[in-house]
Amino acid sequence: MLYREAGQFKTTYAADQQLFPIRQDRIGVITLLLVAFIGVPLFASEYWFSAILIPFLIFSLAALGLNILTGYAGQLSLGSAAFMAVGAYAAYNFQLRIEGIPLIVSFICGGLTAAGVGILFGLPSLRIKGFYLAVATLAAQFFIVWCLTKFPWLSNNSSSGVISTQKLIIFGHELTTPTEKYLLVLSIVVFLALAAKNMVRSTTGRAWMAVRDMDVAASVIGIRLMPTKLLAFAVSSFYCGVAGALYAFCYLGSVEPDGFSLEMSFKILFMIIIGGVGSIMGSFLGAAFILLLPVFLDIALPFLAGLFGLPFSSATVSHIQITVFGALIMFFLIVEPHGLARLWQIAKEKLRLWPFPH
Amino acid sequence: MNFFLEVLIGGLLSGVMYALVALGFVMIYKASGVFNFAQGAMVYLAALSVVGCMEKGAPLWLAIILAFVVMTLFGIATEKYVLRKLVNQPPIALFMATIGLAFFIEGLAPMIFGSEPRALDLGIVDEPIPWVLDNWNMVISKFDLVASGVGAILVATLALFFQYTRVGRALRAVADDHQAALSIGIPLQNIWAIVWGVAGFVALVAGMMWGARNGVQFALTFTALKALPVLILGGFTSVPGAIVGGLIIGASEKLAEIYIPPVMQDLFGGNFGGIEGWFPYVLALLFLLVRPEGLFGEKHIDRV
Repeated sequence: MLYREAGQFKTTYAADQQLFPIRQDRIGVITLLLVAFIGVPLFASEYWFSAILIPFLIFSLAALGLNILTGYAGQLSLGSAAFMAVGAYAAYNFQLRIEGIPLIVSFICGGLTAAGVGILFGLPSLRIKGFYLAVATLAAQFFIVWCLTKFPWLSNNSSSGVISTQKLIIFGHELTTPTEKYLLVLSIVVFLALAAKNMVRSTTGRAWMAVRDMDVAASVIGIRLMPTKLLAFAVSSFYCGVAGALYAFCYLGSVEPDGFSLEMSFKILFMIIIGGVGSIMGSFLGAAFILLLPVFLDIALPFLAGLFGLPFSSATVSHIQITVFGALIMFFLIVEPHGLARLWQIAKEKLRLWPFPH
Repeated sequence: MNFFLEVLIGGLLSGVMYALVALGFVMIYKASGVFNFAQGAMVYLAALSVVGCMEKGAPLWLAIILAFVVMTLFGIATEKYVLRKLVNQPPIALFMATIGLAFFIEGLAPMIFGSEPRALDLGIVDEPIPWVLDNWNMVISKFDLVASGVGAILVATLALFFQYTRVGRALRAVADDHQAALSIGIPLQNIWAIVWGVAGFVALVAGMMWGARNGVQFALTFTALKALPVLILGGFTSVPGAIVGGLIIGASEKLAEIYIPPVMQDLFGGNFGGIEGWFPYVLALLFLLVRPEGLFGEKHIDRV
């Protein structure tokens, strides 16, 4: 009863094609956005902004990027952190080298640069598939990080490639507080997420899914593989690149190439596995889960150890964290291969029938 | 010229070490169609178990047996609790599960055996052979030679096992098609248990060799990353491919590390060391563009 689409008639094509066709969804999304844009800045503390909300949004964006590539177009990539690095360094260089370039434009240029590099490393996908491609994307991971460390020009001749990002100035106003940074990140992420949601249900998105499900069959029915796959790489890298730029500018302020490690790529991969492969919302759920789990374990484990009087060290905490991550990945793949997003879908189906079970 | 030869031979010998790890991947892929990303973590676990048992007072031979038992049990548990439940899932799901498995082991193994780096003494010293040093003025490590000997024996055994035994044939059938193999009465679960046992054994050999050379520490898990380009160069399904790929990668990466940075330094200025980290990948990638199935891989024909 709560979530019933009966009686919601669509009388125009526009109504039929809108992004959220069900009224409850629209209300839900609008409420969520209002809370995120107005409610959260009113009530959250600075710690929440800088330690949890901003990284959550940034990693959601990166996960979204990887999800487009892996979840929708079916090309497994282990190099997403490297594309974030490209975005971060490119945005930094655009700010540095071009006088008076607006911040947002430099973010977009950072994303476009990452997209270009993504296309370059996506080229092998035309010839090779599956595991071979996954391993080949590792080439991007190692090569890009190495380049950023070794070519001093890219980091404005700083030692070991560390860059400190420029001030965040938008329309002459400098963003200094975590709240303002949060709002900037939120606006960009919301915009790109809606764009992605639209994209995956367009012709392009459907072509990606056809390629994912079986590329030979897709090419038989007239989908041109080359542009489709390369576009997936480009869009995915663009999202990762913008995420990287935000990571450098709005979250850390100062980054080094080694920070964009293979481990980070894996983390992003875990986000989409746990959140839901091939789901826009799953990227957000997964990012929240992966980022909050360590915070939770950091609090819960010492408490549990104290309860049973066990000795405890910080090394053990990190070992347990890694173990739990690994176990969760396997658990999710076995029990719910479609991730947290699928749980939400099930909940919606239950709500549709509520209060009757059948 | 002598220097070039020395680098080349050193590279070839270290390539054998990569091939040892790559073999573990090939084993599992050939026999179950799973690309086991956890192989590096298994190498770490195997080496840690040997060292851990020795610390508890076991002699080397007993420690090795105990470690083999640990690896086999671990393999069977993996099969039972993870892979069996993922039958009929797409290969990518299985691959991601093994990434999870890798993390699981990387957290669990140091909790059981301790995470501090330790030395593993196999009684073979890592020092140059005097005769070669005197006559040809080249530094070639005794240890590397032993390692390549072990590698050669391992490869020969595995190749024969796959080609000529009943179990080997069943393994290949399972790799080809789980369901088809099941339907002609091949016991999938036993087969997978055997495969993971053998993969554990290969990991044990690799772990002991690498552990004796670099010490038993977390960095052992990165041996898997070294083995991946070997794998794509040689083809996922070929035991000889792993060896040839290992030799090519080992030699070319050492040569590249010596000869490319000075050239780049002349061109751009600055220090360009550390090419080893990505060179094998880029080499393998370029190679794939020419031959997508690797050197010895099977040509795959897609059907709709």
